[in-house]
Amino acid sequence: MSYPAPAGPVLEVNGVSVRFGALIAVNQVSLSVARGQIVAIIGPNGAGKTTLLNAVSGFYHPYEGRIAFEGKDRTRLQPPDVAALGIARTFQNVALFKGMSVLDNIMTGRLLKMRGSFLLEALYWGPAKRQELEHRAFVERIIDFLEIQAIRKTPAGRLPYGLQKRVELARALAAEPKLLLLDEPMAGMNVEEKEDMCRFILDVNHEFGTTIALIEHDMGVVMDISDRVVVLDYGRKIADGPPAEVRKDQAVRDAYLGVAHE
Amino acid sequence: MSDLLYMVLVAPFKDMAGAPAFLVEVLIGGVFAGLMYSLVALGFVLIYKASGVFNFAQGVMVLFAALTLVGLLERGAPVVVALALTVAVMVGLAYAIERVVLRPLVNQPQIILFMATIGLNFFLEGFGEMAWGANVKKLDIGIPDRSFIVRGVQINELELTAAVTAAVLVTLLALFFQTTRIGRALRAVADDHEAALSIGIPLKTIWVVVWSVAGVVAIVAGLMWGAKSGVQFSLSLIALKALPVLILGGFESVPGAIVGGLIIGVGEKLGEVYWGPLVGGAIENWFAYVLALAFLLVRPQGLFGEKIIERV
Repeated sequence: MSYPAPAGPVLEVNGVSVRFGALIAVNQVSLSVARGQIVAIIGPNGAGKTTLLNAVSGFYHPYEGRIAFEGKDRTRLQPPDVAALGIARTFQNVALFKGMSVLDNIMTGRLLKMRGSFLLEALYWGPAKRQELEHRAFVERIIDFLEIQAIRKTPAGRLPYGLQKRVELARALAAEPKLLLLDEPMAGMNVEEKEDMCRFILDVNHEFGTTIALIEHDMGVVMDISDRVVVLDYGRKIADGPPAEVRKDQAVRDAYLGVAHE
Repeated sequence: MSDLLYMVLVAPFKDMAGAPAFLVEVLIGGVFAGLMYSLVALGFVLIYKASGVFNFAQGVMVLFAALTLVGLLERGAPVVVALALTVAVMVGLAYAIERVVLRPLVNQPQIILFMATIGLNFFLEGFGEMAWGANVKKLDIGIPDRSFIVRGVQINELELTAAVTAAVLVTLLALFFQTTRIGRALRAVADDHEAALSIGIPLKTIWVVVWSVAGVVAIVAGLMWGAKSGVQFSLSLIALKALPVLILGGFESVPGAIVGGLIIGVGEKLGEVYWGPLVGGAIENWFAYVLALAFLLVRPQGLFGEKIIERV
């Protein structure tokens, strides 16, 4: 595979700590995500994975360290501004707009790309209509891509969990992100759904060249799809490298399997 | 028995047909009252649409806006200046509410936000009283309270002005929130704060805008009701009349608030005038609530509301 020459990493996390009162959830973690890569962040429960992701997407702000996106510092940005930079995300426990149809949910992903005067929009006339149709066409491509044609009119809250996760991915993709953050995209799925999701993640990466950082528990999945694996334990980074190396790492084994105390 | 049926089902309609000019007057009165209810209900709908929260303080916001306006007028400010200042105060209030009440409660269950608006209600009531006094005040903005007659129908100038203003405002707002982009963003914000933030919807801006608009709607409602019956603390109770309007029209529907308000306004006036004598009057006081109750039994989401869907 060949990608356009990467001009530095897409995301750079440098010595970031996040604390809640006395609890240090993420402790001086550094990592970088190169353009076009799939990077997995793994670790036992409570290791600080989601906290780290939340810091990257602006929901939490680190109390020390810095986060840079495409070379620019964005440590203090709020979530909407992060989204405007081209970072889209999904959530561990699915944050869809439950009352809205699948199509509307995915259309919200295009909001940042929409412009226009309210009068024209109100009358659904001229440029406003054209704009809506263009975005709709784009969204239909994503719907085809993720194979959710049959449910586009279904209210999102009615879907089974696995499909909700897929719709959430679709909404994130609708924003044409440069960096996609996935928080446990396969949690709670059966084997078949997991395989589908793996395929979609790889396809997104290959076809759109989207850089992806994901959190996942299923070690098999992680080893199969990621270019690099970062391991967190108790808020600290304990390993970082290609899957094959990380698998053999003694610290990682200890973190996952426990250490014998003598 | 047949006498009773005649009195309920036939006689009122004979009365209507017998005096069409009077019927038109009653209808106009109903439409006026209905538009006023719509105006108050609209304030609720806006905030409900943007945060999924029933804003208990909307009635007090009407009172607060009217008090501010009257207070400024009493201190000798020209009408235009007083209006502009009141708008500024309501926008300032929206900022303050976002900063002090809403922002710390992002991602909290909606019942908590609702409780916060109850607190806001008491605060604004006390604050308004402290700042502007508790006396009944007369609001005079230069629209004469006199009537003229068109084809035998008596029309009140003040009511007409109020109705036209309300109609224009309601139409503009309906158009604004009907636009697909803004409408979708609002529904998204109301549905899930976290997700809305993550797709780039600036929650703060949306809240300030929506509360400001609700504040301006409150000014217009306070202005019209105040001009008609004086500015006093009972003004905050018109919020109670807006409730059945919301149940009828649906909590998240702008057109619903309008249609609901009109149905209730016209319905209670017709009921009062033509059926009132049968039960000794006062139909106006309970008609709206009985209608709302019936709707809750048959169509709880209202005429235009979204059906609540839950996966079980």
